[in-house]
Amino acid sequence: MSLEPHPAAAIAVTGLAKHYDAVAAVAGIDFTVPAGSVTALLGGNGAGKTTTLAMLLGLLKPSAGSIRVLGTDMLRDRHRVLARMNFSSPYVDLPHRLTVRQNLRVFAQLYAVPEMEKRIEQLARELDFAALLERPAGQLSAGQKTRVALAKALINTPELLLLDEPTASLDPDTADWVRGLLERYRQERNATILLASHNMSEVERLCQQVLMMKQGRIVDRGTPAELIARYGRRNLEEVFLDIARNQGKAAQAAEQQQPVEEKTA
Amino acid sequence: MSTEILGVSPGRIAAMVRRHWYLLSGSWTRVAELIYWPTVQMIMWGFMTQFLAGKTSYVAQAFGVLLSGVMLWDSLFRVQLGVAISFLEEMWSRNLGNLFVSPLRPTEFAASVLLMGLIRTLVGVIPVTLMAWWFFGFSIYSMGLALAGFFLSLTLFGWSLGIAVCGLIMRYGLGAESVAWGSMFLLLPLSAVYYPVSVLPGWLQPIAWSLPPAYVFEGMRSVLIQHVVRYDLLAGAFALNAVYLMIGSAAFMAWFEAARRRGLLLGQGE
Repeated sequence: MSLEPHPAAAIAVTGLAKHYDAVAAVAGIDFTVPAGSVTALLGGNGAGKTTTLAMLLGLLKPSAGSIRVLGTDMLRDRHRVLARMNFSSPYVDLPHRLTVRQNLRVFAQLYAVPEMEKRIEQLARELDFAALLERPAGQLSAGQKTRVALAKALINTPELLLLDEPTASLDPDTADWVRGLLERYRQERNATILLASHNMSEVERLCQQVLMMKQGRIVDRGTPAELIARYGRRNLEEVFLDIARNQGKAAQAAEQQQPVEEKTA
Repeated sequence: MSTEILGVSPGRIAAMVRRHWYLLSGSWTRVAELIYWPTVQMIMWGFMTQFLAGKTSYVAQAFGVLLSGVMLWDSLFRVQLGVAISFLEEMWSRNLGNLFVSPLRPTEFAASVLLMGLIRTLVGVIPVTLMAWWFFGFSIYSMGLALAGFFLSLTLFGWSLGIAVCGLIMRYGLGAESVAWGSMFLLLPLSAVYYPVSVLPGWLQPIAWSLPPAYVFEGMRSVLIQHVVRYDLLAGAFALNAVYLMIGSAAFMAWFEAARRRGLLLGQGE
């Protein structure tokens, strides 16, 4: 999979940092996400992935840096662009006592979705949860919840979709089905997707760009194939382990106190 | 795009009211709770009034003074609590993250919980006023238009405190939840609900007069006992309400921004 050149970046981040007192959750990162591509933020727990996503969404105020999303300065005008993006995460939930349909109606109205009932029926068909529409959200299984959360994330047909661990807690079959759905959505709408994931096969299948994060920094980046070749490994999981455990090429780079991406550039 | 008026979308506010209306209308326990406590209070104070009416000329002269006091106080308490509970429902369901990545602005979110505070109060208090009429033959509506002024003034004060409490909980998390339930009771002794401000010690009276409810309850007694509508008291209450509403809104926005700085909007919940 190679990264096609894109005329515009859906996301452009410069010098982005988040400090909590002396702790740097994100320590000054730069990246762009080409429009119409799928990019993954990869890294272990505490690497700064969720913090980065939260800053991109405007949920968290950065300590420094700039963020442009779909051409808009998120730190100044995020409300101008929020209607064109959406988000799903295991860290948030939908109100349990409302039915699936009621929840989707509320979000459809928040995003000013035209013909909301039609859109809800369409999503229910596409994501295969029509039978759950009148069921309270609190009575759904983990897999069903993920489908409904994805429906909420797609309710406004976003140009940019930010997903935090989109297939966490799903069985392999459902997870595979979700990946297929995301791939189709991107192709049909030329949408941009940025996802944080721990699932390496998911990233290899879906993503044109991978940003490897560790301790709040981007320590490497490239297509999955480029990274695998660069580290001399068989798959992305082994690359991830090299970086996480500071072994192989990642250790050599660390000895020279230089990110692999700079060393190999 | 939804229509906006001065940067505020009525459609998004309506979406949030819809969300809470679904919750309220689908849960008879929530509706029952709204009516239960005001009913208990009204019945207790109704019997107390009947008892005292035969003993003191003050109560005999204005039978409804205690009952009106308790019902108006309850409306103030319910507005403040209704605002805070509507906000807490979002915290309990871990929904804040979903809401604040949508186009919903903090001002619209605040407007929706204020509206819900009012709706919850009307659902709870109107049946109780009718029950007071039926049980004790006292209609709070006999105060006429002045009642609308009193209710509006208390609603504004309940909103001010309620929205500040929402900001506080957003910033300090569910550990600060008890403030939602207890903050209004701190003001009860100073609000002159059942007795005039003049009963308070001299050093407490200026504090009481810095609170809109004291003006409202003094005004209420004036209507019920002297049959005079004191517009000066109503004006004082509204002037103070304007100040408190500004302070409450500013506190909410400041704590909202503090929560954004500290990353508290994502993942807060039970």
